[in-house]
Formats: sequence, C-alpha cells, structure tokens
Amino acid sequence: MNILVITEQRDGKVKKASYEAIRAAKNVAGELNADVTAVLFGADEAAAKAMGGYGAAKTVHVADEKLNLYSNGAYVKSVVQIAKKEGADIVMLPATALGKDLAPRLAVRMEGALAPDVTELSVDGGDIVALRPVYAGKALIKVKVTSAKKIFSLRPNVFSAGEVDGAEAQVEAFSPQLDDADFVTKSTGTSIASGKLDVAEATAIVSGGRGLQGPENWNLIEDLASALGAATGASRAVVDAGWRPHAEQVGQTGKTVSPNLYVACGISGAIQHLAGMSSSKVIVAINKDKDAPIFQVADYGIVGDVFEVVPALTEELKSFLGN
Amino acid sequence: MNIFVCVSHVPDTTTKVQVGEDGKSIDPSGVTWILNPYDEYAVEAALQFKEAREGEVTVVCFGPDAVKETIRKGLAMGADKGLHIKSDQPRDSFGTAKAIAETLKDREADVIFCGRQSIDYDGWQMAGLLGEMLDLPSVSVAAKLEIKEDGSIEAVRDIEGGQETIVSKLPAVISAQKGLNEPRYPKLQGIMQAKRKPIEDVEPSPHENRVEVLEMSKPPVKSAGKIVGEGPDAVKDLVKLLHEEAKVI
Repeated sequence: MNILVITEQRDGKVKKASYEAIRAAKNVAGELNADVTAVLFGADEAAAKAMGGYGAAKTVHVADEKLNLYSNGAYVKSVVQIAKKEGADIVMLPATALGKDLAPRLAVRMEGALAPDVTELSVDGGDIVALRPVYAGKALIKVKVTSAKKIFSLRPNVFSAGEVDGAEAQVEAFSPQLDDADFVTKSTGTSIASGKLDVAEATAIVSGGRGLQGPENWNLIEDLASALGAATGASRAVVDAGWRPHAEQVGQTGKTVSPNLYVACGISGAIQHLAGMSSSKVIVAINKDKDAPIFQVADYGIVGDVFEVVPALTEELKSFLGN
Repeated sequence: MNIFVCVSHVPDTTTKVQVGEDGKSIDPSGVTWILNPYDEYAVEAALQFKEAREGEVTVVCFGPDAVKETIRKGLAMGADKGLHIKSDQPRDSFGTAKAIAETLKDREADVIFCGRQSIDYDGWQMAGLLGEMLDLPSVSVAAKLEIKEDGSIEAVRDIEGGQETIVSKLPAVISAQKGLNEPRYPKLQGIMQAKRKPIEDVEPSPHENRVEVLEMSKPPVKSAGKIVGEGPDAVKDLVKLLHEEAKVI
C-alpha cells in the first residue's frame, strides 16, 4: 500500500507545508505497512529527489509546463491517474489555499471522503484516526474516514517537517493524460506581496487590535513584526473598520493560526479571536486593561499602553537579537 | 438565469461551545443560530448577479425544520424562493453535498454560490464537492469576481501571502470569501415579504456517512500565564523570558 502526498511549489520553490505533510505521512506509514510517494507538479528533479530527506521513498514528478500553474480539473485528473498507478488508497496534502480547493474534488473523483484541516494523525487498529479543530478551535473532533479511499488535508505549521536525513527519493517522471476540457478552471497567475509573510504560514505573528486607535499607527505593529521576522495579523474589529485587509484577520471568521509565538497588541480577546489563536505555542499580550480576556490565554502579559510598550519592546528585541 | 445559493445554519460566533451528551457533537441548548457569515457574501453575490441580468435566486439549505429560519434570512435579503432539503439526521460534508447535488441536478443551474466555509465544521469543501458531483467547474474562496456576458468568469482568490487569478466559465459553483461584497441588511419590508415567499420541501435519498466522528472534546484549557509587569519597563524581563524560558527567540 502507498500513501500519496501531494506537494506544492511556487516559482520552483517547494513550500514548507509540503515537507510537513510528507513527514506526517511517513510517521503513520510504518504502522500501516505503507510507503510514502510524493507527487510534485513543476519545480525540478533536485526538488523531487530532496523529498526523500523527509520520508518519501519515491517522488512522481509531473514536469508538464501546463501544470506549473494550478488548475483544479487538471490536478484532480492527474492525481487520480497517479494514485491508481501507485496503488494508493490514502492521499494527504497540505491544507493550503491550493490544497483546500483540490481536496474535496479529489475525494469525490476517487469515490472516497475527506477529513479536512487535520492537526494530528494516529493509527488505531490499522486505520487512521485524525484529530481536527471545529468551531474555529472551540472544539476538537476525532474522526475516521470509513470509505476505502481516504483523503486528509493537513493544517500547515502544525506537523513538524523534522530533520532532513539526506536520503534521496527515487524520482519517476510522469505525464498525465489530459484534455483541454480539464483546464476550464485555471490559474492565470499569482501576485505575491514581496517579503510579506502570511499569518497562516508564519512561525511568529504580531497582531493589532482596536487599541491601536487607527490604521495610521500600524507602523508600531509592522516594526515589531519586522524585528521578530513575524507576519502581521489583525483582530476582526479593525478589519471590519477597514484599517487592515481581511487576509490578516485572525479568528473565527478569519484565519486560525498556530505559530510558535503570537504577540497580541491592543487586542482585548473576544471569544471569536481567541478561538483562532489560542493554539499558538507561546502567547504574549500587551493591553492596558488588566482584566482583558486576552490575559486569560496569554503565557506572558504586560499591562500598559501599547503606544509606549510596543516601541520599547521593538527596541529591546532589536538590541537583543542584534547581539 | 437560474441562480442558487447554498446556505448553512450555524451557531453564532459568540457561542461558547460545550460538548453534548452524545460526546460527538455540541450541546445545542442556549445556542443562537445564524445564517453562516460567509453565506451572506454568497447571497449578496447571487442577488447582484440577478440584478445585473434578471433571473431567480433560490436559497438552498439542508437540515431539520429549524433551518427554515435561516432560509427566511436569505429571502429577507431579497432571494425569491427557498428549497429546504429536509433531514433530522446530521450528515458529513459529503452527504450534505450529495443531497444538494441530487436536488439541483435537473434544475438547470446557471450558477451556484456558497460561502467559503461553514463556521461550524470548518470544512471548506462545499464548492469542490458540488462542482465534482454536478460535473461543473468550481472556483473557491473568491475575494473578487467578474462574470462576463459570455459566461466567462474571472475571480481573484486569496492564497498564502497574496492572490491568485482564476478563470473559468458558467455554469459553475463559486464559493465566496469575506470582502467579495458588502452584504445588504434585510429591510423591514423584506422581512415581511420573506414570510410569504415559497419554500419547497424536498426529501433526500438515504446516505451513509463516510466520515465517522468518534468523539468531540474541548481543547486543553490554557491557563493564564504571568503578568511580567506594567508599562515599558517590563519589556526587558519579557525578552529575557521569551529567550530563556519559552525559548521562542
């Protein structure tokens, strides 16, 4: 049996969430007597080989230029052909923007079902048990996929990619059989803000709330984020007020995040915000109200005015990290 | 134009979730139910599509009788009629999509809208599932959307750190991201009219769930940590703690 892991590259560079998914698959593969086969669309053979370092025995490399940009129809058909060829009943992929779009179509086409946005995998009685947050993390459910074909999308930044052990995957080139009709829906290009980290992928996040008093003060958040190499996030209140774009919103109607470090500045901690960030590994809160709910989930708190504390923290970090 | 919008009946975002007696789902007591926030953008997109071209907007919802209340919210915003796929048995996403797909299969949809995710089970699946089951293109998480007269679609979707432009064509299933539009508030007149708008009841064919919930639990409660200090003087200690104790910098 094989577990297929669909990886993802952008501009030739494989995304970290892909390595996490390969390692997560490898960690359950032993108990299932399965091998891990990675699938890579685009990039080069070196990238395909390197997947061995994370636990892939083999990488099926699809080097068709038409597939460098995403098309859900063409990707689904390609993956189905590869799964059949590799005898894979289980498919795992990162729950990125691409993965979330691809996974449900793939589940139906393979006549299976999908457990989405999984944060933990284990094996019980020869079957995979997946843990996933629901209600934006206010509850967790343990699920089993009961159909023969099983798809799992894995939340980025939760599974560890582990240490690279230098092993190389056996690389097999594959050209899927595709028609023009498979490309009805397709990407025509992406625009990535340069140097901008996304909250869903970042290992550190600095978020601002209404305590910042206005969008003109966001340089405080950006400066602290830059000192930490962090992404910037925002509470729902400031996104609804139009201070920040929705892509930065953390919470139940925004993004659910679990970075190593989350710094909440001037955020009181409404339940729907807490749901989206309380699984962060270390939480720092800076707020002038000592009774703010954010302090209930924070590991470290400073009670004080964000306009004084945040710049002081930025300076302190700069001098500390500069050494 | 035959426009459908699939909506979901979900607990309000301020709900404090408690695990119910079965240990597998939430305790519904005291929960306020709302139209799924992302579906408001879908309803608005459907109404704008109709206003630009003429046609009819049908609000579709799967679930027990209580979901009629949520269908009426869509009707109050301006949709023309409702379609209630009746079931007291909760289903997995696949089963819900299957019930919707079999109901819409012969209704010649020109476009089907839904929200990017329901805020209860957070599956982000419906556009893809419906698209595949109905053999239609799907575009998910559309933050901008332009549908031209010839039926070609140009959508912009949010991806990590930026945006991606997707082209497709009608008929299609499209899921809406926050920011796609400004959903209108139902006016009093709309709320009154919604009570008289027709809601058709449909019985779905039986389904066996493919995803079995073994148990539901609450995440471990994070205990409040320490207040390092007050004001800017505390930052030195904070940085020290982050380095030595938390080891995150």
